[in-house]
Amino acid sequence: MNKVTFNTDLCKGCGLCVAACPKKILRMSETVINAKGHHPAEMVDQSQCIACAFCATMCPDCVITVERG
Amino acid sequence: MGEIVFQKPKSLCDVPLHYCPGCTHGIVHRLVAEAIDELGIEGQTIGVASVGCSVFTYNYFECDMVQAAHGRAPAVATGVKRSDPSKIVFTYQGDGDLASIGTAETVHSAARNENITIIFINNAIYGMTGGQMAPTSLPGQVTQTSPYGRDVNTVGYPVRICEMLSQLEGPSYLERVAVNNVKNVKAAKKAIKKAFQNQVEGKGFSLIEVVSTCPTNWGKTPEKAMEWLEENMLPYYPLGVYKDKYADKEDK
Repeated sequence: MNKVTFNTDLCKGCGLCVAACPKKILRMSETVINAKGHHPAEMVDQSQCIACAFCATMCPDCVITVERG
Repeated sequence: MGEIVFQKPKSLCDVPLHYCPGCTHGIVHRLVAEAIDELGIEGQTIGVASVGCSVFTYNYFECDMVQAAHGRAPAVATGVKRSDPSKIVFTYQGDGDLASIGTAETVHSAARNENITIIFINNAIYGMTGGQMAPTSLPGQVTQTSPYGRDVNTVGYPVRICEMLSQLEGPSYLERVAVNNVKNVKAAKKAIKKAFQNQVEGKGFSLIEVVSTCPTNWGKTPEKAMEWLEENMLPYYPLGVYKDKYADKEDK
């Protein structure tokens, strides 16, 4: 399965990955607060991911690693 | 374990960037690091940091870095490159640095066709000092020092660096790119890589102008800032290759 992992503590909650995702399966967490004090991005439905890496391409902080499997 | 499609480039240090949320400096840093990785020039690259938000670039790249005085990065890069031509030398400058106080150094390093690579971030505002009007601020743009909008009758029109330098005989490669969406980021990556490749091949001066955002000082969310860039900056700063001395020769 395709896999997107977040280095959550580096996320600044800018939301550019959420806007870039063509499958609309990312969101900003409403419950988690990371070490920087932001609501980080999180995956809603991993099974729908097509590993296009658009999220990682737009992320300014290299938070995201994308694996195709 | 699947095939890794995307991960942090090796030439970028494993430290958090100090930039504001949604600042496109991070994207451009990554593109530069990817270009260095892909060309395999990490061990021989020397970067020159500018003054402005990008002053801390020396903390972020896994190569040797020099800090230049405000605007003088192309002059320092000239010295580094001439003293050791085997090194790959690049500068990373914002618009307040390159298009304002450093205009002379920029123009003359281009005129001399120095074999260096310049990455120029144009976000139409002074970021680090708190959002003052920059030489690249758009007509009518509201900033800290133009609260009624930039009045072109008193402060003149924004400077288009790529168009200006393209009139010179010297420079080899000038291109303006943007990082507002995935397509443009990929094009920016290609341009930045070509700018480094040119230097490796000894083709001379390459400057890539990256139209970027400053969500904090524009007073917008990162997503809205991307939209503002597309609607306002791109009409004034059209994307494209402004000069490529070797384009025709390669086509033949």
